[in-house]
Amino acid sequence: MKLRRVVSDKLWTVFTVVALGLAIVPLLSILFDIASKGISVINLDFFTQLPPLANASGGGMGNAIQGTLLLVALSSAIGLPIGLFSGVYISEYGVTNRYGSAVRFLGDVLAGIPSIVTGVLAYTLIVLTFQSFSVLAGGVALGTMMIPIVSNTTAEALKSVPNSIREASIALGIRKWRTSLLIMANAKKAIATASLLAIARITGETAPLILTAGISTLWFSGFNQPVGSLTYYIYYFGTSPYQNWQNMAWGAALILIAIVLGINAAVRLITRGKKAYA
Amino acid sequence: MLESVTSLDVEERQRLEPHDALETKMEVVGLDAWYSTKQALVDVNLNVRSNKVTAIIGPSGCGKSTLIRCLNRMHELVPGSRVTGSVLLDGKNIYGSDLDAVDVRRRVGMVFQKPNPFPNMSIADNVTAGLKLAGVKDESSMKEVERRTLERVGLWDEVKDDLKRSGASLSGGQQQRLCIARALAIEPEVLLMDEPCSALDPTATAKIEQLITSLKQTYTVVIVTHNMQQAARIADYTAFMYLGKLIEYDETTTLFENPRQELTERYITGKFG
Repeated sequence: MKLRRVVSDKLWTVFTVVALGLAIVPLLSILFDIASKGISVINLDFFTQLPPLANASGGGMGNAIQGTLLLVALSSAIGLPIGLFSGVYISEYGVTNRYGSAVRFLGDVLAGIPSIVTGVLAYTLIVLTFQSFSVLAGGVALGTMMIPIVSNTTAEALKSVPNSIREASIALGIRKWRTSLLIMANAKKAIATASLLAIARITGETAPLILTAGISTLWFSGFNQPVGSLTYYIYYFGTSPYQNWQNMAWGAALILIAIVLGINAAVRLITRGKKAYA
Repeated sequence: MLESVTSLDVEERQRLEPHDALETKMEVVGLDAWYSTKQALVDVNLNVRSNKVTAIIGPSGCGKSTLIRCLNRMHELVPGSRVTGSVLLDGKNIYGSDLDAVDVRRRVGMVFQKPNPFPNMSIADNVTAGLKLAGVKDESSMKEVERRTLERVGLWDEVKDDLKRSGASLSGGQQQRLCIARALAIEPEVLLMDEPCSALDPTATAKIEQLITSLKQTYTVVIVTHNMQQAARIADYTAFMYLGKLIEYDETTTLFENPRQELTERYITGKFG
């Protein structure tokens, strides 16, 4: 009897460790593979030069890095405020009526829409209207994707602030909107975390960009013009037959992963050892 | 027991109405309150006298917290809640259309059961939060308010060198006095206290009770307590509630020494509750 307990306990431990290994091995092998193949093309030129011609030497991914940063900035400018305020609505205003849960549900639906479909939306609204792929269309597509992520996580962050804080504020005769700001201030770390994770999430998007921002071999030349991005270049160069383009794609993947890991590290730094609402 | 649960009869209501020289600060008239479909208050009538401490006692779930939360319109924050009847503040119905809930709450302050200082603010900022968040900008007067209010609640000497520290770093009793200071800083006329000592140790409780007694010179105080001894110690008037009804309301000494309702007597002698 005792033996059986010991054996099942051991089996359980082994099972969880194996599962952990299965999860970690692909992650580490991806990181290792990308780092070892990408590092050879990373130099100053990689950040400052335009993409090379096929089978040429030199060049860089400067415009793709610039494009990705621009797209992330524009989509954040669109997605963060809208997401933030709809999160405030869900948590602080929608509790006493049925609209809150409706907004919450729509947020979940929006979050579940495949990114390519969001791309089609921005394509229809902006690319077709202006007859050109553009930074604007890319920003709108990625920003739309951010809204539900930010709004639902912000709502959760605000709901984790104890209700006694809300009551204290309202009982002081502080108006509802000021009270909401106070609650946001109490949840600012969790909100910052949610925003950064949303940014990290859309930084790696490719599908909607194919239909919206398009691709360009030149530097940024206006929000109504197409722009290169790391993800699109990884796809475009990675599937090409040219060795130098493939190498560039590895480098672009390495930089992209570095950006996303950097954002996640920042999140860790913000939330280290602190209560979510403090 | 249940058949003796009656609301105040007409004769008694008249007796309690302000024929005497005492001024009425708040008057509860025919107040019913609901949580969704559950009725929590049934036809409550009560006169709260100016510059007196009024205690509300009764067993758990009798509606005493609900009643106090109806006095500054906090009850309506609960989803699905409802109130009918009226609560007069200086003769004006706080549920009337000409009064804003925000203005009511500035005149009728509240201290809660669990000390709830704003965790993201310093001690000093907690005191002046009500003023600052209401849009008062005058920085120079804030220092004055901080000192005066913290002295008022007997906290100044304990925290004067740590005003920048977080309000959450104080002990429970200090936090509760900080919360009282925060409520007093906006200069309300009435102070509602919902079991303000139930989370505190006896020493901290004694300090708060002392403070409440001194506050009635300036403010009208209504305190909910589950502690009958506390009511006897600090309240001028005591109301006994049971199952959402106001059973008896009188001067504290009369209510405790010579209750007119059998139910009140049974409760204060510890036969139930």
